[in-house]
Amino acid sequence: MICVKNLSKMFDQFTAVDDLSFEIQSGDIVGFLGPNGAGKSTTMKMLTGFLTPTGGTIEFDGQSLDSNQKMIQKSIGYLPEGAPAYGDMTVFGYLNFIAEVRELKGDVRRERLKEVIEKVELQSVLNRPIENLSKGFKRRVGLAQAIIHDPKILILDEPTDGLDPNQKHQVRRLIQALSRDKIVIISTHILEEVTAVCNRVMIIASGKLKFDDTPQALQQRSRYYHAVTMKLSYAADISGLAEIEGVADMEVDRVSGEVTLFPESGQFILGPVTDYVQHRKLPVDSLFVEQGRLDEVFRSITTEEAAA
Amino acid sequence: MRNVWIIAKREFSSFFATPVAYVFIAIFLMLSGVFSFFIGNLYDRGQADLLPFFNFHPWLYLFLVPAIAMRTWSEERRSGSIELLMTLPISIWEAVLGKFLAAWAVLGLALVLTFPLWLTVNYLGNPDHGIIVAAYVGSWLMAGAFLAISMCMSALTKNQVVAFILAVVVCFLFVLSGSSMVVDALQPWAGNLLIDTVASFSFLTHFEAMAKGVLALNDVGYFVLSVVIWLYASLIIIEQKKAD
Repeated sequence: MICVKNLSKMFDQFTAVDDLSFEIQSGDIVGFLGPNGAGKSTTMKMLTGFLTPTGGTIEFDGQSLDSNQKMIQKSIGYLPEGAPAYGDMTVFGYLNFIAEVRELKGDVRRERLKEVIEKVELQSVLNRPIENLSKGFKRRVGLAQAIIHDPKILILDEPTDGLDPNQKHQVRRLIQALSRDKIVIISTHILEEVTAVCNRVMIIASGKLKFDDTPQALQQRSRYYHAVTMKLSYAADISGLAEIEGVADMEVDRVSGEVTLFPESGQFILGPVTDYVQHRKLPVDSLFVEQGRLDEVFRSITTEEAAA
Repeated sequence: MRNVWIIAKREFSSFFATPVAYVFIAIFLMLSGVFSFFIGNLYDRGQADLLPFFNFHPWLYLFLVPAIAMRTWSEERRSGSIELLMTLPISIWEAVLGKFLAAWAVLGLALVLTFPLWLTVNYLGNPDHGIIVAAYVGSWLMAGAFLAISMCMSALTKNQVVAFILAVVVCFLFVLSGSSMVVDALQPWAGNLLIDTVASFSFLTHFEAMAKGVLALNDVGYFVLSVVIWLYASLIIIEQKKAD
C-alpha cells in the first residue's frame, strides 16, 4: 500500500506538486492523467525516491520512503519518462546489468531474463547497442528493465509513448497480466488507455489532484454518457426527438449531420428513441449509445481551475 | 560493496564498448614515448632509469584524464539515465566509487602497457626495480587525484565540453601551484605561510619525490586525501543537481 500525505514539490518559485494526498492499495492499476507540466512526472519521481519532496510524506506499507529508501526501491520497478538507458550497451548486456543490481542470481536470473525478453519481444535485438534501436524498441527495453525483478510496485511514466498500435496493445496486455496483488501506476496522455487498463483514474492539473475514481465514474462525468447519437441520410423533421420523455437536450452537428440526444441524469433513452424513429420512419443511417467522451471531461476538469 | 563492483564492471566495459579507452591508451602510450625520448632525452642521459618518463606524467594527465572523465556524470545527466541509476537500489556513494574505480582501472591499464619502456632500460642497463615500481604506484595515485577532480567537474554540468575545460583548469591550478611561476608571483606580497600552503597543494611537488621512487607518507597521504575529498564533493554535487 502506498500512502501519500500532503506531498508538495517546489522548484525555485514554481510549485510543481501542490499538497497531494492519496492512497493506493494492492491490486490498483492507477492511471495518472493530466496535461503536460501538471506534475505527473514530478510525483512519480518523488514516489521512486529520485526527487526529495519539499513537504509531505510518502509511505510504503507503513514505512517512510525517507528512512527506508533503498529497501523500498528494491520492490519498485520504474520506467522513467523517455525510457533512458545506457546507449552503448547491448540490450542483453543492459538487462543483465539491471538483473545483477536487482540481486537476481544464477538460474533465477537466467530464467527471469528469458521470460522478460520473451514477454516484451526483444529476441531480435538482443545483441544490438541500445542507441541504435528504434523508439519503440527502446521503450520496450525500458519496460523489460522495470519488470525484470517482478516488483510489487510498478511505476511507468508514459509506457506506450512512441509505440505503434500493436505494441500499445501488447503493453496493455502485459500490464493487465501482472498479478492482481501488485500496484501499477501509469502516466499517460492517452485517455482510452486509462479505460482499457486501469481500474482507477487520478487526474492532476497544476500540481493538484482534480479527480480520483474509477474510469467508469470519469465517463459518467461526461454529458455524453449514455447519450444517443444518430446520423440521418437526408434532412428530415427531427423536432419531435427533443420532446421524447427522458431527453434533456438535443444537439445537431450541421456539418456531419449527426444528431445527439442527451438524457436526463440516470435515464436510458435508447428504447424510447428507437421507438420514435421507427414510428416516424426517420431516415436513420446509424445510431449508437455514447460511452462518454473522455477528452471533453478531461478538458473540463483540467481547465476549470485555470478559468476560475 | 557488491554494488560498487557491479557499477565499476559496467563502467569499465562501457569504456571499451566505445572507442574512449582505446584512444586514451593509444594516445597515452604514444605521448609518453615521445616525451621521454625526444624531450626527456632518455638515451642521452646515459642512466638506466625512467625519470624522464615519469617527469612528464603530470602534464600528460593534465589533458588526458579530464578527457576520460568528462562524460562520467554529464552524460548520465544529459541522457537522463541518472534517473534510472538513482532509483535502482544503489546509493550515490556506491555509484561514485564504482565509476571512479572503473576509470582508475583504465588509467592503471594504460600505465601497465608502458612496460616496454621498462624492458628497454633493462636491456640497456641495470635499473633499480624498486624505484620504478614505486614511481609507477606514485604516478597511478596522482592519476587518481586528477581523475577525482575531473569527475567532480563532470558532475557540475550536463555539457561534456564544459566539464573538460573546467577539469583542465582546476587540474592546471593544482599542478602549477608549487611551480616557481606561482611562487615567484606570490613572493613580493604574500607571507611565507600562504606561499607554503599554496605550494603544498601542488601535484608537482608531491610527485617529484615519487617519480624518484620515494613513497613518502605525506605524499601518498596527500593524493589519497585529494581523491577522497574530491569524490565526496562530487557526491554532494550529484545529490544537489541530479534532477536539474
